[in-house]
Amino acid sequence: MDEINPAVSAFVQEAREILEGLEALLLDLESDSDAEQIDAVFRTLHTVKGSGAMFGFGTLSRFTHHFEDAFDRVREGRLSVDGRLIDLSLKARDHMIALLDCGGDGPGATALEATPGAVALLAALAEITGAASVAPKGAAPQATPEPAPSRTAGRRWTIRFRPEPDALRNGMRPDLLIAELGGLGSVEVGADIGALPALADLDPTLSHLGWTVTLDTDQPRSAIEAVFIFADDAELEITGEVTEPAPENPVRPVVGQAQPAAGEASRKKPEKTGESVRVPAGKLDEIMDQLGELVIAQARLSQMASHEPELESVVEEVERLVTGLRDATLSIRMLPIEVVFGKFRRVVRDLSAELGKEVTLITEGGETEIDKTVIDRLSEPLVHMIRNSMDHGIESAGVRLAAGKPARGTVRQEGGEVLIAIEDDGAGLDAEAIRAKAIERGLLTSEAQPGESELYQLIFAPGFSTAKELSSVSGRGVGMDAVRTTVDALRGAVEVASRAGLGTRVTLRLPVTLAIIDGLLVRLGDAVFVIPLASVEECVELDAAERQRESGRTMLCIREHLVPFLDLDVVFGRDPSTETRRRVVIVKADGQRLGLVVDDILGQHQTVIKTLSQYHRDVEGFAGATILGDGSVALIIDVATLTRRALAERAERKPAA
Amino acid sequence: MAKTVLIIDDSKAIRDMVTFTLEPHGYRCVGAGDGSEGLTRLRAENPALVITDLNMPVMNGIEFIRHARQDAAGAGIPIVMLTTETKPEMKAEGKSAGATGWINKPFDADMLLSVAKKLAG
Repeated sequence: MDEINPAVSAFVQEAREILEGLEALLLDLESDSDAEQIDAVFRTLHTVKGSGAMFGFGTLSRFTHHFEDAFDRVREGRLSVDGRLIDLSLKARDHMIALLDCGGDGPGATALEATPGAVALLAALAEITGAASVAPKGAAPQATPEPAPSRTAGRRWTIRFRPEPDALRNGMRPDLLIAELGGLGSVEVGADIGALPALADLDPTLSHLGWTVTLDTDQPRSAIEAVFIFADDAELEITGEVTEPAPENPVRPVVGQAQPAAGEASRKKPEKTGESVRVPAGKLDEIMDQLGELVIAQARLSQMASHEPELESVVEEVERLVTGLRDATLSIRMLPIEVVFGKFRRVVRDLSAELGKEVTLITEGGETEIDKTVIDRLSEPLVHMIRNSMDHGIESAGVRLAAGKPARGTVRQEGGEVLIAIEDDGAGLDAEAIRAKAIERGLLTSEAQPGESELYQLIFAPGFSTAKELSSVSGRGVGMDAVRTTVDALRGAVEVASRAGLGTRVTLRLPVTLAIIDGLLVRLGDAVFVIPLASVEECVELDAAERQRESGRTMLCIREHLVPFLDLDVVFGRDPSTETRRRVVIVKADGQRLGLVVDDILGQHQTVIKTLSQYHRDVEGFAGATILGDGSVALIIDVATLTRRALAERAERKPAA
Repeated sequence: MAKTVLIIDDSKAIRDMVTFTLEPHGYRCVGAGDGSEGLTRLRAENPALVITDLNMPVMNGIEFIRHARQDAAGAGIPIVMLTTETKPEMKAEGKSAGATGWINKPFDADMLLSVAKKLAG
């Protein structure tokens, strides 16, 4: 069976995808059970069952068989789709994934089968299918019983065989069958042409002949029957008698070419496949990496060629091609965000039952495409926020009715552009409770009067954990600080808006891709840094007169708004700049504006992000590095970290003031 | 010249499996993901044997066989159903649509090979 090994991994991957889809199908079925959906579920199970047994997943296949039985009944209208069936089906589907994860039959799968959960599941399936509860456990769904080939000494068999008239049309080849009999021993073949009509009446596509074959063989009857496995509509009679071992029979099978001579020439055509190609994500990363290098090399080339007029057109061409290649490669990595949405439906369903709250999940903009890496890392925080919404946001049915809201709560999820908003129509954040908690934790002084959005930012503070103190329901999973950590790592931002009694909206801003960003090149002395353009709001001149000293920290007055600013020289421990005319880049992170003072702004630069080496990874304030057109390295400034640091310093200083 | 076997199954794993089984024995295997793609392939490849799944999206195996038998390209070509379906009714339906034979999944390599030899030569 060695030659099928590559197929096994293909099966596992395929089955996994099929089962992902099955979850969505089942959830769809719950809200709208049409025949097509039911068929689709059935087909899915059928495929897994059939393939499973062949690829060494017998346990999975046997389990699926029972599952499939249930849907066979649904298909026949003998079982109706209700919450109970969906519950059971979802559990069964999870069990199938678990069995798949065992990697085939073996101790793992056997142990899993014996767990109480699995046994209960089987019993429940047996109950709804009305199958004898003593399900033939361990028996393959169907196995062609092969009786032990007991060798019988020399027997003579007489086989009378007349295919049904349609046999030739249906692809039967009597000549091959008779030749196969010849392979079992020595044969004598006689054709019965009694039924052959006159030539004028002859339909050459019909079979008119019968054959009588005398076969001397030591093979058992089953071997002869096996020759005719597909000829069950034919007249077939096999009779045997024990004989003396027959002498070598010189008669060779004489068989006429019964099939109308069809064009046998099999034309060789190049295979064209419209299928998609499955590629390990790692390979895409590799391409992306190479492409990053190419972008850098191209930037260097452009810079070097700027003084060589004859090179210019070639360089422009290269630039155009690289841009095209980059866009194409990036698009390969894009997946619709819907992929994650699928997971939410299950979470909402399970949690609804658990919390006893009726909740509808509405998803919009699922077709928005976003980098696969972003999607992979995003799914956890999004699930967490949905849990939060359901747990803390959505009130119980009674409270909701009293507040004049429909008993069914809604959690909304949108994926427009790369803004992902999770919105619920629950009770909203309790500003007073957050405030009290923040003061208790020392995040806020009792006199401080932060604005609402500033206050809401506090729920992201580490230690604020699951905000379970804000409601009577206990929190679960990671805290909002984990959400922010992930979003930060993706170079995104989180914003919270909430209105008491009306609901909460958490918005994630995310870059479409992680690999390449647009950056603003800034100069600090003779060093060059990159600030991600996405977080840049504006650039202004730093007029010394506008500086206002306030307990050691500087504020900048921009259009009557005070904006805190950091001198990057100070932040990075450089010697103070001697330049008289400096600039401020106003950036925004976590809903906070912050000015970064630099010596000069050099321009825009498409930046291929390189992660920092292991030794530098812990350095705060940098998101990575990039290579500039002249081959020098520039560090990419991590705006979110700097902002948070500035805010923290401000909070520290406040009590002292 | 290598005989061509057309495998119609929505599972690539199954198509691969059949291919890995038959190719070492000199058959040339081509695949299709559903019945309608199967018909296109049937006309283009002139296979010596067609192996088709029953439950497939777009066009199922029975429909495929019906269409194939009405098509010049499909007349007289052995078409075997490869499926987990075991009900006699389904088998009869397949037969009346014009199927040559029936293989149940799971199948083993020897069985598949013997069927290919029996029907395609």
